[in-house]
Amino acid sequence: MGKLMSISRPHRIRKIKGISPPHHKNTEFSKVVKLPLTAVVNIPMKMHSGKPAIPIVNVGQDVKVGQLIGEMGGYVSAPIHSSVSGCVQSINMHDAVTGQDSVSITIASDGLQTMYPDIKPPKVTTLQEFYDAVRDSGTVGLGGAGFPAAPKLAIKNLDELDYILINGAECEPYVTSDTRAMVADYKNVYGGVKLLLEYMKPRKKIYICIEDNKPEAIRVMEEVFADEEKVEVFVLPTSYPQGERKVLVYNVTGRIVPEGARLADVGVIVTNVTTIAVFARYIATGIPLINKIVTVDGSAVRNPQNLLVPIGTPIRELFDFCGGFPDGEPRRIIVGGPMMGYAQPSLDAPIVKTTNCVLACHETDDAALMLTACIKCGRCLTACPMRLMPPNIESAYSIKNYDALKHFKVNMCVECGSCAYVCPAKRPLVQVMQLSKEALWLQK
Amino acid sequence: MQYMDKLTVSVSPHIHDNSSTRRIMIDVLIALVPALVASILIFGWRVALVVAVCVSSCVLFEWLFEKITKRPNTIGDYSACITGTLLAFNLPVTIPLWQAVFGSAIAIILVKQLFGGLGKNFANPAITARIVMFLAFATTMTNWYSPNEGTSLWVYPIDGVAGATPLALMYRTADTAPFAFLRSANVEGLPSIWNMFIGVRGGSLGETSNLALLVGGIYLIIRRVITWHAPLTFIAVVFVLSALLGQNPIYHLFAGGLFLGAIFMATDYVTTPQTNLGRVYFGIGAGLLTVIIRVYGSYPEGVSFAILFMNILTPYINKFTETKPLGGMKV
Ligand code: SF4
Ligand code: SF4
Repeated sequence: MGKLMSISRPHRIRKIKGISPPHHKNTEFSKVVKLPLTAVVNIPMKMHSGKPAIPIVNVGQDVKVGQLIGEMGGYVSAPIHSSVSGCVQSINMHDAVTGQDSVSITIASDGLQTMYPDIKPPKVTTLQEFYDAVRDSGTVGLGGAGFPAAPKLAIKNLDELDYILINGAECEPYVTSDTRAMVADYKNVYGGVKLLLEYMKPRKKIYICIEDNKPEAIRVMEEVFADEEKVEVFVLPTSYPQGERKVLVYNVTGRIVPEGARLADVGVIVTNVTTIAVFARYIATGIPLINKIVTVDGSAVRNPQNLLVPIGTPIRELFDFCGGFPDGEPRRIIVGGPMMGYAQPSLDAPIVKTTNCVLACHETDDAALMLTACIKCGRCLTACPMRLMPPNIESAYSIKNYDALKHFKVNMCVECGSCAYVCPAKRPLVQVMQLSKEALWLQK
Repeated sequence: MQYMDKLTVSVSPHIHDNSSTRRIMIDVLIALVPALVASILIFGWRVALVVAVCVSSCVLFEWLFEKITKRPNTIGDYSACITGTLLAFNLPVTIPLWQAVFGSAIAIILVKQLFGGLGKNFANPAITARIVMFLAFATTMTNWYSPNEGTSLWVYPIDGVAGATPLALMYRTADTAPFAFLRSANVEGLPSIWNMFIGVRGGSLGETSNLALLVGGIYLIIRRVITWHAPLTFIAVVFVLSALLGQNPIYHLFAGGLFLGAIFMATDYVTTPQTNLGRVYFGIGAGLLTVIIRVYGSYPEGVSFAILFMNILTPYINKFTETKPLGGMKV
């Protein structure tokens, strides 16, 4: 797969149109407010894909802000730092946002937020030092799955790298944390892009990819990068899932990422805009990833806004700060956007590195009530960005036909939920995709 | 804030668009209303009786079958109402009511429920029932009752006489040289093109008013219930091919059940292809078959047979037009 695929006209938007859920970008212009310190944070050791981090502190130990508390558990892993100063209360099994059990460290804050004395900017002069710094910053892909940033950037064929796409598409409804990062934290975004230019040296361009419903972010980014000839703001039509990495690569560069290949195999790297701001800040100041801009929204919330939140803060605190729920208890709590986020059984889940949004909604989703047999309308086929055929996958799954599941490429499903969103029969298609993948995996 | 016992934990996505199976079926029913009104104006109140009998017996059979086989009750999705209406639209206004009930039983029990109900049947229930009735009750199914020529559409009720459908009339002057219709004189007894367009002619009760059917079709396209692919290619192929075979293409469009079939049956989700490309193939195939049956076959009307045949081919068209996953590799 070393050979690069040919490329054509970058600025024409091609065929992946996606769907148009309502935007609900209510917090688009809300300034980022610092959430007051909470008494106790609960920091999971698995906030990224790959191996969980391993705790290196003991119960009763004093920790400071930015101090390493979990070291990498493997090459694809990320170190974890304390977001508060205080005392380690317990190290326990605790439900993380995704519902998986994982080790987490509970720290009682002393309210002082004393910085860890060893925090200082790392020395970065070579590519290897750049990679090491990205790794030590604890940065993971903040747009979604949380793939550790260092192994993502450390591609083997760096000499074949044509494009770096900075993903500021933020196509999920409600979420505006990346938008606010581009507007408020533009210095670090600029710093991150400069680092990428300097050490990764893409042959063609770095594109800042933003959907056209974020004029403020587009304006700021265009101003910031006005003098950089290799950097360009790429305005994309607003559609979901525009920010899905394969969709973004296709819509921006026209390149198709073959099944099973890495983006680097077609000469592209995609990285989230907040991600680069985080490691840029680390390289400039030595402060690792310990807090996060989180959008708090949903019909049940009194004052929807963006908050700067220490990692490990329970989501309850965010809702409380935003005025609570004036019209009574919400029916649903979602961590992440409404398309791909996780519904929560309680308000105890902590904010993790990848959390960009928490929602509390009054509306129930009556999908289950309107369930009928698939009427073969074909809407899901039109909606699927990966051009899969959800009904065929569903019927293959229902009769456990694994060959058909492979034939219909369920493995390529990115679980974006577009198919289920448009389905008039309200088939639980994403669930079917997950179960099918699991069945194939177990069968192997 | 120590509560939260009412939280629903559902799988993503947590939002859906406001479409639903029932909403789609209601839209189709709405789209059928103009043709129903036109039909009542053209053929009189017995139209309403036939439609009511077909719809209620379809719903009843669906309910009964599901009751007996202990399946979940699905009459709330209104698909049986559509089947009933479409079946009625395919019958002559003079049809004996017991035969209409028989046709409903065929449509719902034999064609739909025995194959597993909504979404599982391979053939269009209304079309198949029509064909079965056509074979079983050849006389009553071809008892065309023509509204009088020249009567204003809005004078109600319109006097009618028993007569032939325009399509049947046309074949008395079959000359199959390309564009022969340009040379031949007008056929005796054929209604004017305008009357054919608005539906003042003999034929099945719902098929005659092309204007009303077209209004319904445009509504469905605007509501994004159907796409233009199958109907447009279907109609276009009939137009072009009939002209090439020397027939008057305008009459081929407006006579017979082309609009009813193309707009309401060639777009039935369950029995037609899922992709737009597949729908184009469906339309082309149905158009070719319709003209061939009309011109060379022994039946004057080919639309039903053409659609049934393409229904049977639909799984193959689907196979043939499978989408190619983005960057997918061969297994
Ligand atoms: S099949 Fe997968 S990739 Fe396609 S729309 Fe559904 S969830 Fe998204
Ligand atoms: S959108 Fe739903 S009803 Fe339509 S074909 Fe897909 S799964 Fe079936």
